[in-house]
Amino acid sequence: MPNPSRPDYDVAVVGGGLVGSAIAWGLAREGQKVAILDEGDIAVRPSRGNFALVWVQGKGLGMPEYAGWTKRSADTWTGFASLLREQTGIDVRYDRPGGFMPLLSEAEVVARAAQLSRLHNQPSMVRYAYEMLDHAAVAKEMPFIGKDVVGASYCPHDGHCNSLKLFRALHTGLSQFGAAYLPNHRVERIEPRDGGFRLTTAGGEVAAGKLVLAAGHDSARLAPMVGLSAPVRPQRGHIIVTEKTTPFLKFPVGYVRQTDEGGVMIGDSFEEVGFDTSVRNGVSSTIAERAMRIFPLLGRLNVVRTWAALRVLSPDGFPIYEQSATAPGAFVATCHSGVTLAANHALALAPHIAAGRLPEDFTVFSARRFDVPKAA
Amino acid sequence: MTEMTTRYDLAVIGAGPAGLAAATLAAERGLTTVLLDEQPVPGGQIYRSVTRNPVRNPGILGGDYWHGADLVGPFRDSGAAYRPGTTVWSVSRALEIGLSRDGAARILPVKHIILATGALERPFPIPGWTLPGVMGAGAAQILLKSSALVPSGRLVMAGTGPLLWLLAWQYLRAGARIDAILDTTPGGNWRAALRHMPGFLRSPYLGKGAALLLDVRRKVKVIGNVTDLRAVGDGALRSVAFRQGGGPERSLPADTLLLHQGVIPNINLANATGCGQHWDEIQRCWVPTVDEWGASSVEGVSIAGDGAGIAGAVAAEHRGRLAALGALHRLGAIGPEERDREAATHRAALAEAQRGRMFLDTLYQPGPDFRVPKDDTIVCRCEEVTAGQVRDAVRLGVGGPNQAKSFLRCGMGPCQGRLCGPTVTEVIADARGVSPAEVGYYRLRPPVKPITLAELASLPKSEDEIHAVLHP
Amino acid sequence: MFQRLPDAAGERVSFTIDGRVAEALAGDTVAAALMANGVVACRTTPVSGAPRAPFCMMGVCFDCLVTIDDVGNRQGCQVTVRPGMRVETQKGAREAAR
Ligand SMILES: Cc1cc2nc3c(=O)[nH]c(=O)nc-3n(C[C@H](O)[C@H](O)[C@H](O)COP(=O)(O)OP(=O)(O)OC[C@H]3O[C@@H](n4cnc5c(N)ncnc54)[C@H](O)[C@@H]3O)c2cc1C
Ligand SMILES: Cc1cc2nc3c(=O)[nH]c(=O)nc-3n(C[C@H](O)[C@H](O)[C@H](O)COP(=O)(O)OP(=O)(O)OC[C@H]3O[C@@H](n4cnc5c(N)ncnc54)[C@H](O)[C@@H]3O)c2cc1C
Ligand code: FES
Repeated sequence: MPNPSRPDYDVAVVGGGLVGSAIAWGLAREGQKVAILDEGDIAVRPSRGNFALVWVQGKGLGMPEYAGWTKRSADTWTGFASLLREQTGIDVRYDRPGGFMPLLSEAEVVARAAQLSRLHNQPSMVRYAYEMLDHAAVAKEMPFIGKDVVGASYCPHDGHCNSLKLFRALHTGLSQFGAAYLPNHRVERIEPRDGGFRLTTAGGEVAAGKLVLAAGHDSARLAPMVGLSAPVRPQRGHIIVTEKTTPFLKFPVGYVRQTDEGGVMIGDSFEEVGFDTSVRNGVSSTIAERAMRIFPLLGRLNVVRTWAALRVLSPDGFPIYEQSATAPGAFVATCHSGVTLAANHALALAPHIAAGRLPEDFTVFSARRFDVPKAA
Repeated sequence: MTEMTTRYDLAVIGAGPAGLAAATLAAERGLTTVLLDEQPVPGGQIYRSVTRNPVRNPGILGGDYWHGADLVGPFRDSGAAYRPGTTVWSVSRALEIGLSRDGAARILPVKHIILATGALERPFPIPGWTLPGVMGAGAAQILLKSSALVPSGRLVMAGTGPLLWLLAWQYLRAGARIDAILDTTPGGNWRAALRHMPGFLRSPYLGKGAALLLDVRRKVKVIGNVTDLRAVGDGALRSVAFRQGGGPERSLPADTLLLHQGVIPNINLANATGCGQHWDEIQRCWVPTVDEWGASSVEGVSIAGDGAGIAGAVAAEHRGRLAALGALHRLGAIGPEERDREAATHRAALAEAQRGRMFLDTLYQPGPDFRVPKDDTIVCRCEEVTAGQVRDAVRLGVGGPNQAKSFLRCGMGPCQGRLCGPTVTEVIADARGVSPAEVGYYRLRPPVKPITLAELASLPKSEDEIHAVLHP
Repeated sequence: MFQRLPDAAGERVSFTIDGRVAEALAGDTVAAALMANGVVACRTTPVSGAPRAPFCMMGVCFDCLVTIDDVGNRQGCQVTVRPGMRVETQKGAREAAR
C-alpha cells in the first residue's frame, strides 16, 4: 500500500510518448524523482509514427505566441541534442539545413505567400526570415526537382531529426537519471489525495506529489478527473517509407525527407476517422503521386512500409499547457508537434513544472480559450 | 489481361497444394475463380517446378514430390484462371487485393479470398548465419528442384526436422557429398515425443520417414546433441564450430552450411489484413486463428494449408478443399447439408494426414538455445540488430516487438520481420520471464511485399482519398 | 558453392554478371544463376557493409538484392533470367536514381 503522506514519486508523468518522455526527462534532469506510466506494446501512439520534422515555417496563424514558442524550441534544439548525446551517447541526428515547402501550382504559390504574409503581419509575431522561391531557385539547391514544382517557401530555421533515436535517447537518459519507466501501467483513475495524487493503473496503484498528463488522446478522458480539460481529437495521417538509398536529399521538403539511415519518408494525409489506424491504398497512392511530382526519381524506389498514425489535435490545433486550479500540482501538456517542441518541453516547460508554477506567458495555452461561446 | 477485369467470386493466393486444391474444387463447383501466385510455375514449396523440372532422374526427388503433378492436371482442367508471376502485397477487409505483375500494380476486388501462402523456414539465428555460404536447407532444396543445383565442395548440414533429412536423402541420390550432419534435436525431445508414439505408429510418415532416416545415417557422418553452433569465416563461410553436449568446441571446415529447424506459417499477409492470430506452444510460432472451414476473423478471408498452421503437404490439400467448401457455402453456391456431406471425406483424409504430427512436432521442436540466441548473435538480418540489443531495450522497459521496433529498427527492413519476428518475440519473452503469447508480434501494414512508389501512385483513388491529402 | 547436375535438362541462356558473360539454365532465377556461376556474395549491406548471398530462395529474406538491367534492389530469387540480361552485384545502399 502506498503511504499517502509519503508519495512514491515527486512527479508521475502519464504517457510515455514524445511529449511525456521529453517532459519527464526535463523533470528528472531537474532532480525530481519521476515515474512514467505508459501502456503496453500495442497502443495508439503517434510518437512512434511521426515525420520527425523540427518545423517552424507557417506555424502560428491565429496564435502568434505559438509561432514564438515553436521558433524558440527550434533554436534550443541543437543544445538539446548535444545534451542527449553527452548523456547517452545517442546522436538523434538533428540537422537544420532549412526546409522547403514545395508548391505545385501558381494558385498554391499565391495562397502560400498570402498565408505567410498574414502570419508574419500579426501583432507580436516573432521575427524570423523566410523566402518565396521560384522553380529555378529551388532547382539550384535540388536539380532533380520535378518540372511541376512551380516554387517553394523556404525557411532557414526548419530542420529534422531521427525521431526514433530521439525516443530511444530520452528513454536511455531517463533510465540513467534513475527515473522509473512503468509500461503496462495504463492509468484508469486519478484522485487528488493529501496534496498529491493517487493513480489507479493496470499495474497497481501509484502515488505522486505532482502529476503531468501527457497521455496523448487519453488526456481528454483523464483531464477532468483533476479539474483540467484537454478536448483533443484524433486526425489520421498516412506515411510511406522507401528502401534505403545513398544520400541525395539534404533538406526536409514539406512532405518528403530522407532519413539519416537512407530511407525516404513521404507524408501525409489529414483524415477525420476516429481511432481507426488502418491504411487505405488510395490515400497512400495520392501521397505517392504527389511525391513523384516533386521528385520524379522517387518513382523507382521500392516502398517497404506504410502506416497511419493519429495526430493529437486540439480544436484550434495549438498546444494546451495548464495547471489545475482545483487540484494544484496537476498539469496537462498536449500538442500536435511533439518532435519540434521536444526541446522546449524538456528544457523550458519541465523546469516550471518542477517549480510548481507556469509563468504568466503560458496563459494563452490554457484550455479555457475553448470555453468562449461561439458567436451565432 | 482483360479477363482480370472480370469480377471473380473467389481469389486464391498461393499455388501450393492448398491453393491448387482449393481453386480446383471451387472452380469445378462453378465459382469464377482466380489463382494468384508469385512463382512462374505452379507447385508451391513442396512441388516447386513440378511441371518444368530440370532434374532428369525422377528418383532423386522421390515419389512424394511427383504427386504435385496430380494436383496441377485437374487444376488446369477446372476452368480457374491462373496468374503466375503475380505478387499480392495487400488484402483489405473490403476484400480488395493489391497485386503486382510485371512491374504494374492494380487492385482486384473479389467476393471471397483464400490465403494459401504456405510456410517459410523458421529463422535459425546463430553467430555467422549472415555469411555467404550459409543458407536454409529449404532454400538449397529450391536450387535442386528448380535449377538442378547441388552443393560442391565441403558441405555441412545442421539442425533438426524432416526436411533436413529429406534433403540429405535427395542429395545422396543425386550423388552429392555431405561431410557431416550436425543434429541439434535436443536429447530430451525423444522422451517428450514418446507419449505421442501411438499416433505416429499408425501414421503415413512412419514407413517412409524411418527408411529415409536409416539410409542417410548409414551413409553420412551424423553428430548428435549439437550445441553452440557457429558459422565461422571472414567475408564467406570457412568452417562450422560446435560442441557436442557439454564437450569441447570442435570445428569442421566447410564451404556450405545448410541450416534448418522446421517451418512456420507465413503470416504477414494475414496479419496485415487484420486476421487474428495466436501463439502455438508446441510449434513455437504465431498461427492465424481459423475455424474448421479455414475462416479467419476477417469476414470473407479464409486461410488454408501451412499458412494456417504447419500440418504438411497432404493436409494442405484437404484443408484447401475444406476452405473452398466454406467459401462456396458463404457465397450461397451450396447449402449447409451439401457442404457438410462433401466435407466428410476431406475431413477423414485430413485426420489421416495429421496422425503422427504431434510426435513429429514434439520431437523436432528446436531447443531454446537455437530460438533464444546469445547476445552477440544477429537476430534482424536487415537492420543488423543483435539479441543483446533487444535485451538492452527490454531493460529500458520495452515490453514487446512493436516497441523494440521503434527503439532498434528490428523488423523495419524489407523482409518486414519475417526472419526476426519469431526470435524477437522469444528473446523478449525470455528476458521478461513471460510467455511469447503475452509479448505479442509485430503489427504489419501493407504492402507486405515491396512495390515501387510509381506502382503505388498508379492505383485508383476515390474523391475522399484524394481530398484527404490534397486539401485546400 | 553449387554445381549443376551433369544431366540437367533445359536450354542454356547467356547473360552478364558485372559485365562478364555467364551462362544460366532456362528457368533459373537470377539468384540461382549467380550461385551456379560461383558468385560468393551478391551485395554488401547498407547498414554495416557486410557481404551477403541469397539465403531463403523464396522471396522472404531480401539478401539476394542485385541490380538487374539498371534497376537496383531487385530480388534475384524472384526474377527469371532472360537472354542478354545485365545483372550487377551491389555495394551498400541503392543509388536513388538507379
Ligand atoms: C502522421 C503524423 C506526422 C507527424 N509529424 C510530426 C513532425 O514531423 N514533427 C512534429 O513535431 N510532430 C509530428 N507529429 C506529431 C507528434 O508525433 C505528436 O506530437 C506526438 O506524437 C504526440 O505525442 P504525445 O506524447 O502527446 O502522444 P502519444 O504519442 O499518443 O503518446 C501518449 C502515450 O501515452 C500513453 N497513454 C495513453 N493513455 C494512457 C493512460 N491512460 N495511462 C498511461 N499511459 C497512457 C500511450 O500509450 C502513449 O505511449 C506527427 C504526428 C502524426 C500522426
Ligand atoms: C523452402 C521450403 C521447402 C519445403 N520442401 C518440402 C518438401 O520437400 N516436402 C514436404 O513435405 N514439405 C516441404 N515443405 C513444407 C511445405 O510447407 C508444405 O509441404 C507445403 O508446401 C505446404 O503447402 P501450402 O499449399 O500450404 O503452401 P506452399 O506450398 O508453400 O505454397 C504457397 C505459395 O504461395 C505463394 N505465395 C506466398 N505469398 C504470396 C504472395 N504474397 N503473393 C503471391 N503468392 C504468394 C508462394 O510463392 C507459394 O507458391 C517446404 C517448405 C519450405 C518453406
Ligand atoms: S534469397 Fe531470400 S529473398 Fe531472395
